[in-house]
Amino acid sequence: MGPLKTIESKEVHPMDNLLRMDRIPHIWCPGCGIGLAVNAFATALEKAKIDLDNVCIVSGIGCTGRVAGYVKLDSFHTTHGRAIAFATGIKLGNPKLKVVVFSGDGDLISIGGNHFIHAARRNIDMLVICVNNFIYAMTGGQVAPTTPLTAYATTSPYGCVEPPFNIPYIADSSGAVYVARWTALHIRRLTNSITEALNKSGFSVVEVISPCAVYYSRINRLGDGLDMMKFYHDNSEIRHWEDTKNLDIGFQTKIIVGKFVDRQRPTYNESYNKWLSEIKGTKDEG
Amino acid sequence: MKADPKGILAGTYDLSGSEACVEGALAAGCRFFSGYPIQPAIEIMQRFLARAPQVDATFVQMEDEISSLAALLGAVWTGKKGVTATSGPGFSLMMEHIGLGVMHETPCVIIDVQRAGPSTGIPNRPGQGDMMQARWGSHGDYEIIALSPSSPQEMFDFTIKAFNFSERYRVPVVLMSDEYVAHLREKVIIPPASEIKIEPRRYYKGPKDKYLPFKRDKDLVPPMVDIGDGYKFHVTGLTHDDRGYPVMNEECQEFNVHPIVRKIRRSADKIVEVQEAETDDAEIVIVSYGVISRVALKTLEKARESGIKVGSLKLITVWPFAEKRVAELAKKVKAFVVPEMNYGQIVFEVERCSYGNANVVFIPYGEKEVDNTDDLLSVIKQAIKEKKVIKGITELHK
Repeated sequence: MGPLKTIESKEVHPMDNLLRMDRIPHIWCPGCGIGLAVNAFATALEKAKIDLDNVCIVSGIGCTGRVAGYVKLDSFHTTHGRAIAFATGIKLGNPKLKVVVFSGDGDLISIGGNHFIHAARRNIDMLVICVNNFIYAMTGGQVAPTTPLTAYATTSPYGCVEPPFNIPYIADSSGAVYVARWTALHIRRLTNSITEALNKSGFSVVEVISPCAVYYSRINRLGDGLDMMKFYHDNSEIRHWEDTKNLDIGFQTKIIVGKFVDRQRPTYNESYNKWLSEIKGTKDEG
Repeated sequence: MKADPKGILAGTYDLSGSEACVEGALAAGCRFFSGYPIQPAIEIMQRFLARAPQVDATFVQMEDEISSLAALLGAVWTGKKGVTATSGPGFSLMMEHIGLGVMHETPCVIIDVQRAGPSTGIPNRPGQGDMMQARWGSHGDYEIIALSPSSPQEMFDFTIKAFNFSERYRVPVVLMSDEYVAHLREKVIIPPASEIKIEPRRYYKGPKDKYLPFKRDKDLVPPMVDIGDGYKFHVTGLTHDDRGYPVMNEECQEFNVHPIVRKIRRSADKIVEVQEAETDDAEIVIVSYGVISRVALKTLEKARESGIKVGSLKLITVWPFAEKRVAELAKKVKAFVVPEMNYGQIVFEVERCSYGNANVVFIPYGEKEVDNTDDLLSVIKQAIKEKKVIKGITELHK
């Protein structure tokens, strides 16, 4: 069997050089925010003026896990939760590469939570874009580690009884050097944050609060994608440098967005190479 | 291709199996290690770290064995050769990424220093209980290559062999060592670089815009490219077409997964390797692998001294299994005696490939001492007395 038929399209999209147009239409539902996050990422790649040959994108599993497949870069669709671990190997294997992990909240914070905190602790130089839609969408709307308390999901028919994780707080306390959160509505600010983070050296996290119009909104009777955007418009508050421990999100409560952390500390590569040359130095002298 | 002399400490040394294994990896051009501490495999990690500055290798101690193998797979796509080392509990955690390695067709080497299981078992007691796990542990259909060393010298030689197989067939290769072999200290000869043959990575050489990541060559192995070479390729663990794009249908499942299995099966004759001793006139053949093959050879000597015609078939590659050779021998011999440091794994393969033509006698770890030549000999003496062909596997007890 050869390659399957390519869909011909005569219309040209400004992002054509960054997207795999032969894979369109994508799998995301109407009203989903992942496409907006991809748009922001693609624009940021252009703005950051990085040689695209040196950018590598890694995704895990889930709706957001499909991003790697639609972006025209060296791209890897890996296993559930392990995108950061896989990307760690890529960054250490070739430190010249700009490595981006693009995945969802369930993938990165639940099954991949351990890899997330350890990559942050080691300060592996990579950008993690975490699309948070408060739910496991691809499997049909189950409770995620980010589902707000009392929110409905197919595995919380009487309302979620577990408190959710506050992603910027985990990233901050684990040692990330750059932490920001925006909603899918804040496209311009989100793009700026991703651009900034792309030029940052160290473990950077950008959380994107995104509507899941089909699973999260429907079961919680929150309307469609547009209603969610309206909600973000009315209820998000920009508070740069806010202490990350104040960033909890409740069910339909205010969402605090902004850039919370921007600092510098040695990356794993820098520390490892320093160790390597020190050892060599002592050997040479001896 | 000749080996890069930079990583090779040519000469004769007293090395443990673990140390020899690291020297083998470095000789094969391996410059990346990601792992998680576990007994009895920890010496491999420590030796690699000690040697890393001398060869500019990259090392990372990950948060668990899941991420260790994930990181290794990532590093390989940047052009590095990489290795990880673990033991049973860690090997269980690696199953997920053995599957990904198979699906992404990523060459890499995993050292499993086997200990007694299941679960935590006895961390410093040797075992051979992961043999079937190496073959079947990850879900879905696949074929894998596994080698079983019986000495520090073989830890060195087979590690190089493992890298060569992994590059040749783009498949994870497992070195099924055990606590005995890893901790055993013996003379190891490291040949000069000019005498070590290295299988280079097969890179795509055609025009950039024509590159298809999973278009196979005549051996069903697709050529690779590195991240950062400007190909902007996609690789997924989903069933994919030759562009690497996911396609969720029956036709693509056949297109994608069947060749992953066939590329190994079709080349099994080139991969399978055994070492035979005195099988020409043997009535009983001891089938063994790993450290137990040392006991087998000693037992063979003793048996021959007392006039019993015993031969030895030592499996160097455990997977793919030496089906043809076992089937041929089954027609000639009275029985196979299979001692294993487990309660029965490879013996099932021996029985399958005997097709009822020879008796199959299993010696489990503990019942008889598989590492005791007298016990082995007493089983052989019982086996040789048996007049009729017995269906299935016979387990002989004291």
